[in-house]
Amino acid sequence: MSGRDRTLLMKTRVFTAIVVVANVIGNLALSHGMRAVGSMVGRPPLAYIEAIFNPWVAFGVVFLTVWLAAHMMLLSWADLSYVLPVTAIGYVLIALGGRYFLHEEVSAGRWIGIAAIVAGVTLVSRTAPSAGRAREAERR
Amino acid sequence: MKWLLLAVIVGSTAFGEILQAIGMRRHGEIHDFRPNSLARTAAAVARSGYIVGAVAGMAVSFFAFMALLSIADLSFAGPATAASYVVETFLARVLLHERIDWRRWTGAALVAFGVAMLAQ
Repeated sequence: MSGRDRTLLMKTRVFTAIVVVANVIGNLALSHGMRAVGSMVGRPPLAYIEAIFNPWVAFGVVFLTVWLAAHMMLLSWADLSYVLPVTAIGYVLIALGGRYFLHEEVSAGRWIGIAAIVAGVTLVSRTAPSAGRAREAERR
Repeated sequence: MKWLLLAVIVGSTAFGEILQAIGMRRHGEIHDFRPNSLARTAAAVARSGYIVGAVAGMAVSFFAFMALLSIADLSFAGPATAASYVVETFLARVLLHERIDWRRWTGAALVAFGVAMLAQ
């Protein structure tokens, strides 16, 4: 593996971690906040602006902004078909977080889901992050 | 209502992410992570029509997601978007011309299956 490949892999891992953690924290906070705000369906657009002033929603929005920025940076060198599946590991973190911190029951079906996601992420993470663009590079 | 919001979320997310991928690819690989350089990158990226379109798509997706969370749990809202992994991988192949080998197809299918199973 060349030095350039190693650097690319390293920064892909760092940014994937940021994308996943920011997404998990952002969504948990947003979900918690929206439950306090109540149903938005049928409410005027201004109600969304009001909702953002709920502290949990605001906290969620900050993390989702970090998520969006890191996701965009990651896409500047990595394929979408790589980034998408790999960042799905966040669902596993949410499920395991619920199991260990909130002592939620994890059914057999959910364990199968966790195993399938881990297998899928492992498989995709073994491909080069920008493999899909190899042809493009060859043409240059 | 849940399912309508879900369709809006899947459609606008796919639209936003494909445009994001096109816009960022056109910008080129980001090498320099110092604050000044990142600010310049942000300014350049904000002028890209693809990125403006992507942010609009993500904004629609975000507000639809907020509306969905106000009437359904995250355990429904998250996993219900499972189908988008396969849809977007397909779009990445067709619209972005990404070379997708068997590991990526299998991985995307396993992730979609797993995310759907988590909904139970």
